[in-house]
Amino acid sequence: MALEVNGKTYETDEEGYLLNLSEWDEDIAKVLAEGEKVDMTENHWEVVNFLREYYNDYQIAPAVRVLTKAIGKKLGAEKGNSKYLYELFPYGPAKQACKIAGLPKPTGCI
Amino acid sequence: MNETTGGIEDDEGSGIVKKFMFVNRKAPYGTIYALEGLEVVLISAAFDQDVSMAFLDDGVYQLVKGQHTKALAVKNFSPTYRALEGYDIEKLYVERESLEMRGLNADDLLVPVEVLSSAAMGDLMKTQDVVIGF
Repeated sequence: MALEVNGKTYETDEEGYLLNLSEWDEDIAKVLAEGEKVDMTENHWEVVNFLREYYNDYQIAPAVRVLTKAIGKKLGAEKGNSKYLYELFPYGPAKQACKIAGLPKPTGCI
Repeated sequence: MNETTGGIEDDEGSGIVKKFMFVNRKAPYGTIYALEGLEVVLISAAFDQDVSMAFLDDGVYQLVKGQHTKALAVKNFSPTYRALEGYDIEKLYVERESLEMRGLNADDLLVPVEVLSSAAMGDLMKTQDVVIGF
């Protein structure tokens, strides 16, 4: 599969995850978000940027339980809970937010 | 079951927890064992089991600091061992003899570990319900 952004084509896997994460930029994220029917707000960007940082540090996309805990640690308990994250990304914070962040599908995602 | 827990937590709490040890014996690159083993461990964390990892033989190289894989054209996945703590996998055991034979000690490793003698490692393995080798 492929994704077209500003006239350029980017390769994705069969589920729409970007294959080469170094190609990622905010315009690509916006197109990926549209595909997920997610309206990006500041709170969405906060999670997406957190995930990119996590991937940069650990070279994996975290499982949702781990993401929730890590967000709570960094951004506070009012954001580090499933309810908040599922409100932002109704079809699964790890799955949807990772896709928008240009990361592979989370390891341990069941 | 009682009024305060409503039964739901009771059901989850009554799941049998087994002791799983994942034994890593191979160098990180050259074969897929180390990476696949690490992925299995990360997935196993979702099942609320008592998970530990053991590193023996060339497996100790998986944890060595300063890995550079550019020349091999493969991904350096060693930073992922530092994510294990976030997955609540904190029991990492390394065999002393394997370290010494390779001129290494715990300070050369990416993550805090417990260094055990070969005999102590064997005793620990005996206490496990499941031992899976990679």
